[in-house]
Amino acid sequence: MIKVEKRNDVSRSIYFLTPVLAIFLTLFGGGIIFFILGFNPIEALKFFFITPISDLYGLSELLVKATPLCLIAIGLSFCFKSNNWNIGAEGQLIFGGIVGGGVALLFYNHDGFYVLPIIILSGAFGGMLFAMIPAILKTYFNTNEILVSLMLVYVAKLLLDYLVVGPWSNPEGFNFPETRQFSESARMPILFDGLRIHAGIFITLITVFLSWLVLYKTYLGFQIKVSGLSLKTAKYAGFKGKTMIIFVFMISGACAGLAGVGEITGPIGQLHRNISPDYGFTAIIVAFLGRLNPIGIIFASLIVALTYLGAETAQIFLQVPKYTGQVFQGMILFFLLGSDYLLFFKIKFLGLKKNEL
Amino acid sequence: MSFDLNFIGILIGAIMASSVPLILAASGELITERSGVLNLGVEGMMIIGAISGFALMVVTDNLFFAVVGSMLSGLIISLIFGLLTQSLLTNHVATGLALTIFGIGMSAMIGKNFVGIPGKEFPLLFINLKESIPFLGPVFFGHSIILYFAFGLPFLTNYFLKKTKTGLIIRAVGDSPTSASNQGINVTLVRYSCILYGGAMCGLAGAYLSLIYTPQWIENMTGGRGWIALALVVFATWSPIKVLIGALIFGGITILQLHMQAVGLRIPVQLLSALPYIMTIIVLVVISRDSRKIKLNTPTSLGQIFYKEK
Repeated sequence: MIKVEKRNDVSRSIYFLTPVLAIFLTLFGGGIIFFILGFNPIEALKFFFITPISDLYGLSELLVKATPLCLIAIGLSFCFKSNNWNIGAEGQLIFGGIVGGGVALLFYNHDGFYVLPIIILSGAFGGMLFAMIPAILKTYFNTNEILVSLMLVYVAKLLLDYLVVGPWSNPEGFNFPETRQFSESARMPILFDGLRIHAGIFITLITVFLSWLVLYKTYLGFQIKVSGLSLKTAKYAGFKGKTMIIFVFMISGACAGLAGVGEITGPIGQLHRNISPDYGFTAIIVAFLGRLNPIGIIFASLIVALTYLGAETAQIFLQVPKYTGQVFQGMILFFLLGSDYLLFFKIKFLGLKKNEL
Repeated sequence: MSFDLNFIGILIGAIMASSVPLILAASGELITERSGVLNLGVEGMMIIGAISGFALMVVTDNLFFAVVGSMLSGLIISLIFGLLTQSLLTNHVATGLALTIFGIGMSAMIGKNFVGIPGKEFPLLFINLKESIPFLGPVFFGHSIILYFAFGLPFLTNYFLKKTKTGLIIRAVGDSPTSASNQGINVTLVRYSCILYGGAMCGLAGAYLSLIYTPQWIENMTGGRGWIALALVVFATWSPIKVLIGALIFGGITILQLHMQAVGLRIPVQLLSALPYIMTIIVLVVISRDSRKIKLNTPTSLGQIFYKEK
């Protein structure tokens, strides 16, 4: 007989163990899908999760992909902790990329140590501005931030498309939808010769540390957490709700903008139509998988980055579409949310007691 | 351009056709939300409906199976959402997002072998009437049966919610699950049914796109329509008839921007393509400003987890 009982307190060890359970369940589910598609599941999973990181280049690629994911997810954790559903980080990333890219084109053929920092800051600023649209509409017009932030993703994509096809397209580019390659002074320094891992990873790590400080060591972080747990309590305590909403959106927009500018000055080196393989959406999964905790998010970003690499490898070796990565990402989130049930409920397997017979 | 009544008739017919997927998906989601469940997976369920409808059409060569199959697959994928939010009590917003990400990935995986296959002609009704009556002909005739169903659906939904006992039960569950439960209503069962119904309608909306509107399979072919449908429910302040009006407005914007592109106005194509999304934001702002108006029909327990202590 199985009995379900409500837990009185949430166990901290289970809180961080369920993500691990979710990952195992995802591997299992993925194995079943590969089996249905007619592959040997063990082999396929090996191609997906082990082959991509079995050499130095693969490990560097893992970090290249984890860098933006971690950065965006950290920003989102501010929003999600305070119950603000910013799901338009993809748009904020693109807009940050547009602003940063515009500045990079402005400094074309311009040397100087100050060029890159200006580009990076303007990218963060762009993402921040773009995130303030849903925040201001939410605070002053009571507009649903989920829908507004999402609609703005499409607007940002179309704006980028307009710029790279039209006014910003490379004058010597034979009408390809892309800008000039940025000058050397506008590129993120590469850390090791022959690998693509770049200095953006330090921006991510510094942001993680600062976020940890703000969230766990300041009064502001306390306010964010309380507003997320109970809006009524937050109001009662006299926290300024509106300022808080705008603040968390600014933070997450700036992080997404930084990720965008990191991509275009790092691995890409110019603006074109696809500057992000949906990092902004995938980072939502990273934020949840990492339990909205800075350290957790670092680990989660590595795991989710692996699904990107795995999908690329599987596309080459197994001829499955690269969207397989998204199937895995969706499954991780499903299983993670589902296994949270264990946090709040105890499942007891009871044998029949003798006196009941 | 001379003033041509028949041309305007054709234009209105096109606007009606482009609003069909929005009406279907939004009407389905409206029932789901009225029971207190916020399912953000509309886009994912639509795209799954689109690929399964198209795949079944290619495999079985039977449009009836394709349409019914798309509804079934929408229903099955919404069952995942139901299991998670209703039985495992997960957060509605996060689960819906997962459903969308999963649905888009899954549809591309299934659809890999169906890219580039031409669609089949879907039978249109009253073709001869469409051509013989000027203006009214192209407005009212020569459409698919799904279009007629879609235009009747908001009225049926309205009647169902307001005049039937089941409709009353759904609204009661959405407004106060605890008191509904105390009245002996099985809240979880009602919500499950509403989720599955919403899934089936989103599946049908997807099939309309891949079988009739642009009869082929293209990755990501729903292109944000699921999100616009979600916005429509808010825009309509949870009233089915207003869903119909809203869908026609958005259909109108879509068709209008296509025509402006075709005429070759000196406006960037991308700005015109962005119009439906920008309009959605503007409309949401206008509607939401008056919070009393919004709250009047909003299901009180929307998006909240209901747990009954046993």
